[in-house]
Amino acid sequence: MKTTKLRLLFPSDLTAKPLTYHLVKDFDLVYNIFQAHIKPGMKGDLIIEVIGRESNIEKGINFLVESGVIVEILTKSINLDEDGCVHCGACTAVCPSGALYLDKDAKLCFDNSKCIVCELCVEACPARVIKVNFSENS
Amino acid sequence: MIRTYEEINEKIKSGNVVVFTAEEAIAMCREQGHKKAYEQIDVVTCATFGMMCSSGAFLNFGHTDKRIRMAEITLNNVPASGGLAAVDTYIGATQGSLDRPMTYGGAHVIEALIRGEKVDLHAKSYGTDAYPRKEAIAEITLEDLNQAYMYNPRNCYQNYSAATNVGERTLHTYMGTLFPDCANVNYSTSGELSPLLKDPDMRTIGMGTRIFLGGAQGYVTWQGTQSVKNVTEYEDGVNFSGGTIAVIGDLKKMSSRYIRAAVMKNYGISLYVGIGIPIPVLDEDLFADLTRTNEELYTNFIDYSTGGLKMPQLGRVSYAQLRSGRVELNGKTVPTAPLSSLYMAREIAQLLKYSIAKAEFSLTQPIKEVEMFSEFKSLKLKEDEK
Repeated sequence: MKTTKLRLLFPSDLTAKPLTYHLVKDFDLVYNIFQAHIKPGMKGDLIIEVIGRESNIEKGINFLVESGVIVEILTKSINLDEDGCVHCGACTAVCPSGALYLDKDAKLCFDNSKCIVCELCVEACPARVIKVNFSENS
Repeated sequence: MIRTYEEINEKIKSGNVVVFTAEEAIAMCREQGHKKAYEQIDVVTCATFGMMCSSGAFLNFGHTDKRIRMAEITLNNVPASGGLAAVDTYIGATQGSLDRPMTYGGAHVIEALIRGEKVDLHAKSYGTDAYPRKEAIAEITLEDLNQAYMYNPRNCYQNYSAATNVGERTLHTYMGTLFPDCANVNYSTSGELSPLLKDPDMRTIGMGTRIFLGGAQGYVTWQGTQSVKNVTEYEDGVNFSGGTIAVIGDLKKMSSRYIRAAVMKNYGISLYVGIGIPIPVLDEDLFADLTRTNEELYTNFIDYSTGGLKMPQLGRVSYAQLRSGRVELNGKTVPTAPLSSLYMAREIAQLLKYSIAKAEFSLTQPIKEVEMFSEFKSLKLKEDEK
């Protein structure tokens, strides 16, 4: 099983079609929607996570591309604005993987390699300097 | 050997004063012993940087042509008091905005003013002979105001209980996110660097004491609201006091590095306030208090799940244990996290140290002690009388 994050850009003539339904039915993929800006008749922008067999994910992506959807493979990451951080440590209370921690000088550090992108820190941060980044995977 | 304020200020003037932060003073005691350290150190700087909800600012906008007595006031859509004279107001840090009360509020307006940003003022009134104008709309900056001073009725808690959650659901509180079944503990203090914890009898911190407040020189004005002494006393003589102070300072001289808006999920708005207090080493008793370590300073665990007046106490813990990141609670090892910034507190203690060493900051003897009561009253509701 593999998890891949995708950004799907729908041309306006495709927004009324149940494309994600086919991902489930035809390719046995489970999906979570992170962001959706879709209105029938308008351009659509959807950020989803698909979970399934690697070969099925590939087939599913091919199906979407053939249907006219522009597909970007995304990596989601947590971004800490270090200049705005006050190093209080409130985020460390909710970080389950130890990616956010206070070093020996009580300075807040972020170890991206440990981050599981659970996003609990985003709203736990009183200074509101932690954001979710969606970036394209090469 | 005993020191006086006058002697210390003379030393500051002549550039011979010896100033250490509380942490540095502790390190010196470990290296050279208490006696030698006491003989050398004249002033110990303490500091804290944490969320202090009971904060706000008085502002005077200046009069308009066709005067107005502002009765309803908003700043960036955050209501401010219309209960003072014509163009005076007080904006409270925790006041939520009309459109997004849980994520934008008075603290953001105060921070925006300090940053020099433009703030939308909208005032309404009923119109009278002396004040005929019924509406005033303007874009203001801090510079435009006649006076702007922070006045915080309760800051700088001496000691605050560590928070945990005995209940079955996750709580979002002003003490951060508390997971069910005591799965975590949050605390808020700078511990051995905390001003009122280091002068526990408030011998040198009283009315008129000059302090570092948000980047400016401010003053202690009064006892803080809900200031209490010896709320909990343990059998071994360790006690727990909740002293607080009211403070004042010029908003125009503050820095947004030391005054920052804070948003707590499902709680609302608060204000991070940076405070530094220099404590003169008057005698050995005071020096003993000043050099108490995190191992010797305690707080209580409190359960936040009941929402009741008396929050259940679950025992006590040293700040060294809390700082270690793990504590024992109900036979379990539980992770801890701070809410106040030790990093910023250290920066403020250092800044204050250097401004005293450079004679930019001198010490003041309090003109009156701040009173501390042994209990605070609760509010009796009409429904309680039935």
